[in-house]
Amino acid sequence: MKIMYWALPLAAWVLSPLMLGIINRVKAFFAGRRGPPVWQLYYDLFKLLQKASVYSKSTSMVIRVAPSVVLACMALCTLMLPWGELQAPVTFVGDIILLAYLLGLARFATVLAALDTGSSFEGMGASREVQFAALAEPSFFLGMLVLVLHFGFSGLSDMVSGISLETWHTSGVLLILVGCSWFVLLLAENSRIPVDDPNTHLELTMIHEVMVLDYSGPDFAFILYVASLKMWIFAALVVNLVVPMHSLTPWLQAPVFLLGIVFVMVLVGVVESILARLRLQQIPKVLLGSAILSLIALIVRLMG
Amino acid sequence: MTIISVLLILSCLLLLGSSRLHVAIRVVAAQGILLGVLPLIRAVGDIHYGIWILGLSTIISKGILLPWLMTVCVRLSGIRREIEPFVGFGPSLLCGTALLGLAVWITTRLQLTPAEAPLVLLTSSFFAIFVGLFLMVARRQAITQSLAYLVLENGVYGVGVCMSLDFPFIVELGILLDVFVGVFLMGNLLFHLDREFEHLDTDKLTELSDLSAPATAVEEHA
Repeated sequence: MKIMYWALPLAAWVLSPLMLGIINRVKAFFAGRRGPPVWQLYYDLFKLLQKASVYSKSTSMVIRVAPSVVLACMALCTLMLPWGELQAPVTFVGDIILLAYLLGLARFATVLAALDTGSSFEGMGASREVQFAALAEPSFFLGMLVLVLHFGFSGLSDMVSGISLETWHTSGVLLILVGCSWFVLLLAENSRIPVDDPNTHLELTMIHEVMVLDYSGPDFAFILYVASLKMWIFAALVVNLVVPMHSLTPWLQAPVFLLGIVFVMVLVGVVESILARLRLQQIPKVLLGSAILSLIALIVRLMG
Repeated sequence: MTIISVLLILSCLLLLGSSRLHVAIRVVAAQGILLGVLPLIRAVGDIHYGIWILGLSTIISKGILLPWLMTVCVRLSGIRREIEPFVGFGPSLLCGTALLGLAVWITTRLQLTPAEAPLVLLTSSFFAIFVGLFLMVARRQAITQSLAYLVLENGVYGVGVCMSLDFPFIVELGILLDVFVGVFLMGNLLFHLDREFEHLDTDKLTELSDLSAPATAVEEHA
């Protein structure tokens, strides 16, 4: 049974690039194109890994270390994600805070590397990334606070394994509110469309993409792979929260979990197809709105 | 009931953050329908005809008639489709969270037990009242101010439903009629104002039409 614990991180490591492929296929479908194959990111990663990295003379070792740090952080995060009732390989009381700060550390490394290049565009992107991250933090922690109040303060695995149809019946509003809040957070953290456009190539409007302009070869492969892992982590959080895993038979939980993640990806694709990218001044409003959803959930939990 | 209160809070926040007049009118209409459903849910089990009448008349007047009136008013008087704020939309949302905190504080200060009144609903009703007041101050156009008045009234109605259902429904209906007449008059007034001044900017209503400088207008009043 111990072996099974490692199934989820393995699935995350192997399948996460596929998920970005699904998003691209959904977007292509909406635009009436055939789109790239679902496996495109695997080909890209393979191609990039065979190349050599090129470093600018003005950079120091920071930009060389950053991709590895970011990859390590994300890999550790996937170790802490539960899979329905199946516990994560690493779980302890308060692991969610470590999860949040590992994500923070990964962001810090990216930002530092972006500043290290000395490019003014990358500095601008770094500044934006940090600003919006600060605004996105409250919705994550407020949502977490609701869960902690509801299920007691324990490891993430213990908390989400308590979510069943019964929970939906008694406090479905909480789950919907926090779920919506975290979905907006997913869009913001993964630089998806209402907040940032992953396909844009205009440096003036980019947020995350502009910070990774100076990577090449294996380093860039790391960065692309990390982006897909991050997407998987947030999708897994949302799915664990919203799907009443506790009520399913154990052998059904894994397929339902994967289906849930695919569904989240399709949803992201649909959102990206039907919404336009927001102006930069509007983004704090969206993030604030997502925090407010969690805040309302908190009020409902405390009052109701 | 929790869902209705949550939707009420969200619709108020949407009002604070939206810049389109049509969206705002539709949101207020949705609020009216939500509040019409409310007494029916609250009284589940012993619904008598009074509650049905209260609910249905609320839905018809606040959910359908008044928004329709507003829309007609907007169309006839050629008001700009954007809401013009004194306080921007982002800061409005921030003020909204502060008001939400205030609503929570007041509800806890009332020291009611959940048996006497559903606390979440009470909080959201207080919140609607505060948002109504805030919007009245923070928006420039006269039409948005009458919308804010409706939101305020929705909040008062919500508190009423929270506190007691045995409230004589004749009184509720009377209030409803008052509100209806009030908004009707406002619409009429707006229309005539628009004819007279060619704008509906309350900020400029302090100026008299033949005296353009505000300072002289003040002297004129004295």
